[in-house]
Amino acid sequence: MKFKGKAFKYGDNVNTDEIIPARYLNSSDPEWLAAHCMEDIDADFVKAKKKGDIIAARKNFGCGSSREHAPIAIKAAGISCVIADTFARIFYRNAINIGLPIIECPKAAADIEAGDAVEVDLAKGSIKNQRSGHTFKFEPMPPFAQEIIAAGGLMKYVMNKMKKEAKK
Amino acid sequence: MGMTITEKILAEHCGQKEVRPGQLINARLDLCLANDITAPIAIDEFEKAGAAKVFDREKIALVPDHFTPNKDIKSAEQAAQLRRFARKHQIKYYFEVGEMGVEHALLPEQGIVLPGDCIIGADSHTCTYGALGAFSTGVGSTDVAAGMITGEAWFKVPEQMKFNYKGKLSKWVGGKDLILFTIGKIGVDGALYRTMNFTGPVIQSLPMEDRLALCNMAIEAGGKNGIIEPDEITEEYVHLRARHAYKFFKSDTDAKYVESYDWNVTNMEPQVAFPHLPSNVHPVSKASDITIDQVFIGSCTNGRLSDLRLAASILKGNSVAKFVRCIVIPATQLVYRQAMEEGLIAIFLDAGCAVCTPTCGPCLGGHMGILAAGERCVATSNRNFVGRMGHVKSEIYLANAAVAAASAITGRITHPEEVAK
Repeated sequence: MKFKGKAFKYGDNVNTDEIIPARYLNSSDPEWLAAHCMEDIDADFVKAKKKGDIIAARKNFGCGSSREHAPIAIKAAGISCVIADTFARIFYRNAINIGLPIIECPKAAADIEAGDAVEVDLAKGSIKNQRSGHTFKFEPMPPFAQEIIAAGGLMKYVMNKMKKEAKK
Repeated sequence: MGMTITEKILAEHCGQKEVRPGQLINARLDLCLANDITAPIAIDEFEKAGAAKVFDREKIALVPDHFTPNKDIKSAEQAAQLRRFARKHQIKYYFEVGEMGVEHALLPEQGIVLPGDCIIGADSHTCTYGALGAFSTGVGSTDVAAGMITGEAWFKVPEQMKFNYKGKLSKWVGGKDLILFTIGKIGVDGALYRTMNFTGPVIQSLPMEDRLALCNMAIEAGGKNGIIEPDEITEEYVHLRARHAYKFFKSDTDAKYVESYDWNVTNMEPQVAFPHLPSNVHPVSKASDITIDQVFIGSCTNGRLSDLRLAASILKGNSVAKFVRCIVIPATQLVYRQAMEEGLIAIFLDAGCAVCTPTCGPCLGGHMGILAAGERCVATSNRNFVGRMGHVKSEIYLANAAVAAASAITGRITHPEEVAK
């Protein structure tokens, strides 16, 4: 998968209350969640984002609650992938399970500034920042996580596995 | 080479003799948990997958506790979806308003989560049950959907960290202060992806409700789970309430830890986490000039009977300061009843507190105590992120129940010693 988009840039410890405030969790409709994504830390995000844009942030992105609404909001907002130094573990799991590509690459996360045009090649494991001219390599996700994403998310992976076992 | 308690529980639940950090495993689950915010997505996924039935109706807990009793039509629809699913699949541990409580206070109290269990919950504070010597971790809704179908979940065996507490705790200092102190030292990602093993003489004599508060906030340091070896205190807590068989696991003396901390906590003051991160921790004496507008005593961290006893011991014969609201929310129906029978509710009412039915409510800015712009709240809950309890320009200070109660009386953040009689 290849993506190209404009970057939104945030700092350390972006938490799930910031990604989608709890006051909007009385619905899990992706469009509703996307319409309020990031509004408490970046009121312009919802208006400014375009399909395919990326989010870059630093340490511990997605810390806080287990709400799957957070990666769902980001995905439904049209964001193609999130690049960060590190991700909080439940967010990391949730992103894999719903099929939102996430990349741990501290060097790229440091280099990317707000508004930069960024190209990502998931298969090759490369990120290119057009403004700085720098290209970064990243470790692909663990094979197990890649299998889940290739299956189209955890549910499809699980159902495929159960069907295979039923045939045995 | 030895294993830790977490490694042993995971090994047993994936049918292997031993597991090592980094290894990917599929573990058998003793319980899958979800609430009125996270269950709707799990149920949608469950139904979209075409699943006909749950793996075991006795190993699923659905607790509508976040926006209940329902605050608006949308949240009522979410709770209704939970109720329909629970009825259709005859979920044993579904708790209706009137019998429910804040999930992480309720499930230990009811003996549904027990030592040696392997538990996932679509709520980050599922790590609370490590206090009982269980492996328990927060996941997302899709993980719970898969868990409800298969009875299994995938895990990467976490690296192990050890936190050893020595010395003697001062009066007014408990499990909440230990965990705030710890997060203050290591930061909000200091235990990212890892297990926090809480050990040492201080932990060995720590009452169960303090242990629950301590493990509750392991996630606030990024931890996958927090855990305490079960002992006599654990046995005393679980033996009369256990709803299924349980098993004590202990860490081997030669188990491997990637990092170890050794702290003497004698003379430690009550701790306060300033806005806007749980790691922004200071001793309470450094906070005494901060005026406040609201106090919240409740939540899965500190809404248990011992917390209410502590708060009542300070509020007894005192009044909440003028222009300050003090909201007390017993975490479960049983806590509510016991507090009433012990006369604690009367003390709160006499002091001018509002006492509400169990709910997560204000902790996550749901309802029952939302903050306006510029307002400050001392809360016994677990997160003080921007906008967590209301307006983005409001502020949350996290503390134990004694500090919260003392602050309600003076209208500023206060050491309990100052107002205790």
